Amino acid sequence: MKKTLFDKVWDSHVVKSIKDGPDVLFIDRHMIHEVTSPVAFLGLKKRGLPVLYPERTFATADHNTPTINQHLPVSDPLSRNQLKALEENAKNHGISYWGLGHKKNGIVHVVGPEYGITQPGATIVCGDSHTSTHGAFGAIAFGIGTSEVEMVLSTQCIMQPKPKKMLITIDGSLNEGVTPKDVALFIISKLTTSGATGYFVEYAGEVFRDLSMEGRMTVCNLSIEMGARGGMVAPDQKTYEYIKEREFTPKGKEWDKAMIYWKTLYTDEGSIFDKELTFDGSEIDPMITFGTNPGMGMSITKAIPSAKDIEGGASTYAKSLAYMGFSEGESMIGKSIDYVFIGSCTNGRIEDFRAFASVIKGYKRASNVTAWLVPGSHKVLQAIKDEGLLEILENAEFKLREPGCSACLAMNEDKIPAGKYAVSTSNRNFEGRQGPGARTLLASPLVAAAAAITGKITDPRTLI
Amino acid sequence: MAYDSFKKLKSTVVPLPIENVDTDQIIPARFLKATERKGFGDNLFRDWRYNQDNTLKLDFVLNNPIYSGKILVGEHNFGSGSSREHAAWAVYDYGFRCVVSSFFADIFKNNCLNVGVLPVQVSSDFLKIIFQSVDQDPKTDLTVDLPSQKIMINSTGESEIFNINSYKKENMLNGYDDIDYLNNIKAEISNFASNTPL
Repeated sequence: MKKTLFDKVWDSHVVKSIKDGPDVLFIDRHMIHEVTSPVAFLGLKKRGLPVLYPERTFATADHNTPTINQHLPVSDPLSRNQLKALEENAKNHGISYWGLGHKKNGIVHVVGPEYGITQPGATIVCGDSHTSTHGAFGAIAFGIGTSEVEMVLSTQCIMQPKPKKMLITIDGSLNEGVTPKDVALFIISKLTTSGATGYFVEYAGEVFRDLSMEGRMTVCNLSIEMGARGGMVAPDQKTYEYIKEREFTPKGKEWDKAMIYWKTLYTDEGSIFDKELTFDGSEIDPMITFGTNPGMGMSITKAIPSAKDIEGGASTYAKSLAYMGFSEGESMIGKSIDYVFIGSCTNGRIEDFRAFASVIKGYKRASNVTAWLVPGSHKVLQAIKDEGLLEILENAEFKLREPGCSACLAMNEDKIPAGKYAVSTSNRNFEGRQGPGARTLLASPLVAAAAAITGKITDPRTLI
Repeated sequence: MAYDSFKKLKSTVVPLPIENVDTDQIIPARFLKATERKGFGDNLFRDWRYNQDNTLKLDFVLNNPIYSGKILVGEHNFGSGSSREHAAWAVYDYGFRCVVSSFFADIFKNNCLNVGVLPVQVSSDFLKIIFQSVDQDPKTDLTVDLPSQKIMINSTGESEIFNINSYKKENMLNGYDDIDYLNNIKAEISNFASNTPL
């Protein structure tokens, strides 16, 4: 029988199928952070259960951590308490723990690939919806709730029905100034924020083959924003080269053995998907969002669509534009902005900082812009320094912060003030996502850089 | 975490006819700092319920005394976004036992089933009828009958059958959870694990 990439990985991890119910799915690797794990550990304690395979779980602190003065005690007592709970739970159960200040610390979906925890053909879960990031390596990776975190800790399994399968093919090549973020925002704008709900997506075609591993991570990361559980790209030479010699990838004979399995991870010709979509890569422009969900995005040069051209509820659309302070038919170009945020599991990797630096080099930060530049991990931070990017940033009057999720979800102090506009390389523009009343415009690092030096929405192609 | 069993619920409803309600609205991230499952109901729809000075936003449905009940009726794509189970906890802790919508986001729906909130997916047409009925009479009550998988508007008898897989149905009817099940098949799991390299 012809199998898709997704089928091959899923089916090989089914411990048991329940009739008219879910599959019991074995989880190879589990990542935890401070926010969605403490109640799961409490659950274990109440039931008197141990962590079954502690070597398969990895803990990092990221959601709730400060991005300045990380060497000092965390000032917010609630955040401090939550971080302490993660540290104690990890220690008590023999789980490797990369806490605040640890040299391997960073955003869970940035450090997983960096240290080779993420591997092709693996099942990977985490109590975070952007776990879909790891699908870039040909893994089945998706976000779970805290009850499921408890299931994985205690039994290394979760129970879920097998999702439907969607294939998104984009051939052609991308135009100058168009990044993986734009590809993802383009797809979501076509599918809407619920267009892939119930599906697991495979991305195929020339555009994805040509993307770097980091670019694939950005696209897979945003799969959840169209409702999909996850998205994946078949592993190839680029994948193997990226993961080789990383701390948690197999070595020597084990590597050779793993390669035999990894080389089987592709969709058989003639496999059936429940839904197939095709786009042309050359039609994608730099994108920006104008509303309060990631599906409300468009080419940066276009005008905000009219409610009558939008599927779904006009009242919800009007509410969304009112929150943003925008009107139908307005152009986005030239709108004044207040904040720029570079970072998150979507665009907090070294290539994102390289892209940002390539635009701002030789310019100065606009005086009306507050910029928060937050590397996804210590490894990214170090690379920024090693590659001389820090100097470029500082010459342009930008400061670099310390790693963490930061203003992506504004759990820590990094909150965009009410009513202010932020061009963000993160993943969600929901009401209040970046702080109560904050107005988020999602975009690529290039668009964010253009905004940071001009103080307004600017097509980056006019600067490069 | 085991929860109360769910069999049949007869209740008035709270209508929320807004599409794409995401989990950041249901519970904003800044209220996710607890290490215990306590007090999330107070912050359900925090920024829609309260002004920044903590006074009530009187035009929001949860602050309207006309509407109350254990059933929350939402619009298309309810619960999108973050995987935070805290959203389902907030819905439960506030006092809802059932959420009705024409379409649920995947992870939220799953989380609801895991914490004892029954997600009932109805057709867009039936959802419209519910909203119209509640609009005409805020005291409209619904019966959600899990054994027969039927949701009914009591005043008119209009009803619809909803789907739930038989495994989850059994769990909800008895208040079992997945960990109970998984613990009973640990031998199979460890056998599987021994053949699955790290």
